[in-house]
Amino acid sequence: MQSFECDIVVVGGGPGGSMAAKYAALGGLDVILIEKRAEIGAPLRCAEGVSKKWLEEIGVEPDPAWISAEMDGAIIVSPSGHTFKLDESHAGNEVGYVLERHLFDKALTEQAGKAGAKIWMRTAATGAIIEDGKLVGVHANRMGEEIEIRAKCVVAADGFESQMARWAGLDTSLELKDLDTCIQYRMANIDVEPNYCEFVIGSAAPGGYVWIFPKGDRKANVGIGIQGTKCKLGADPKVYLDKFIENDPRLKDGTVLEIVGGGVSTCPGMEETTADNLVVVGDAARMIDPITGGGICHACRAGMYAGKVLAECAKSDDFSKDALQPYEEMWRDRMEDKLWRNWMAKEKFATLSDEVLDNLVLAIKDSDIKEVNVYNLLKVIKDKYPEIVDEFESMI
Amino acid sequence: MKVVYEKCLHCGCCVGSCKQNAIYLNDYVLEFNDSCNKCRRCIKICPVGALSLEGE
Repeated sequence: MQSFECDIVVVGGGPGGSMAAKYAALGGLDVILIEKRAEIGAPLRCAEGVSKKWLEEIGVEPDPAWISAEMDGAIIVSPSGHTFKLDESHAGNEVGYVLERHLFDKALTEQAGKAGAKIWMRTAATGAIIEDGKLVGVHANRMGEEIEIRAKCVVAADGFESQMARWAGLDTSLELKDLDTCIQYRMANIDVEPNYCEFVIGSAAPGGYVWIFPKGDRKANVGIGIQGTKCKLGADPKVYLDKFIENDPRLKDGTVLEIVGGGVSTCPGMEETTADNLVVVGDAARMIDPITGGGICHACRAGMYAGKVLAECAKSDDFSKDALQPYEEMWRDRMEDKLWRNWMAKEKFATLSDEVLDNLVLAIKDSDIKEVNVYNLLKVIKDKYPEIVDEFESMI
Repeated sequence: MKVVYEKCLHCGCCVGSCKQNAIYLNDYVLEFNDSCNKCRRCIKICPVGALSLEGE
């Protein structure tokens, strides 16, 4: 069996893995990033909606090549059809772009390669190499050949599947209530608002929501997420989405160009994202926002932090859990409070009836909310329906 | 486990939801290892209903 050695092996070529590889390589480390698929960013597993502000934070210039459409705002639709439309001045930082994820991901991987990381496509991690109780690398299959890649530290960036961390001994498993199962159709020939992301809440999508994210020229990603505990029918996401589309005159005669599935975690993040010689980033570390289901910006940030911390660790050649603590601190300082607050809000919202959700949307509509984000929406709800937020009031 | 590949989207939802880490998505094929305890989580959450227990 062929054996390779490097400083850092990154498992997964999504945004989190590419950012980690980039920043570790910029720090002078010998990095191998492995991606099991034959193409970065494909097949798609994403609704592709992101806000704008964080790109600057991770040092990425917006590029028209991977921006499918720019949003002017968002529309929240209540169960009985009350709408709350947020125009640009009110849309705050929760709306922004709808991406071409397969091109966005490639751009980030390209940057990692430019920084010096080696990118190995069609190379799937198949297990952890553990010797004397220590993680020392990964078993992999590279284009049909069993290999091992020995490294001082492993970055687990393998997305929702999150197997690498588990092979290495960290439990990243989810409770059913803390995962949403999703399906999405890329649709064409539909008459949706071209520059507004639409969110439909309530029993149309138990414990989750329906999204319509426009992709220009009468196209959109139309998808649904349903809370794991609320799945009853077998194929719930498909059943609910088909029903939704059938009942929406704008969509029912549309053309489906692509069907994608996927899982989303809706928990507040893992308790531990580091172990000796192991860092977990992005969806694999369950860093997805439990309300919006958005995970790209969190993965990018965490990947960047991980890469920078790994470069620091290399100076003392110490990749122990203790040495990796700055990574835990950096991502938690930046994101953890919000993840917890939104997780608590999700827990509550998943219990609300359509009637209450209707009233909430009306309350938000009547408010003079200036900038719309989850925080401000919760504040409005707190003023009018304090009982809904009483369990996490202190976080608003 | 039985997989109806005509339905499967290869999305990995079952893999990430498996408490036992018993499922491996090898390209377009799902592999189940011995640690599967037939808890049915993957069956329940599969977005297209592609999974069932053998013999059911």
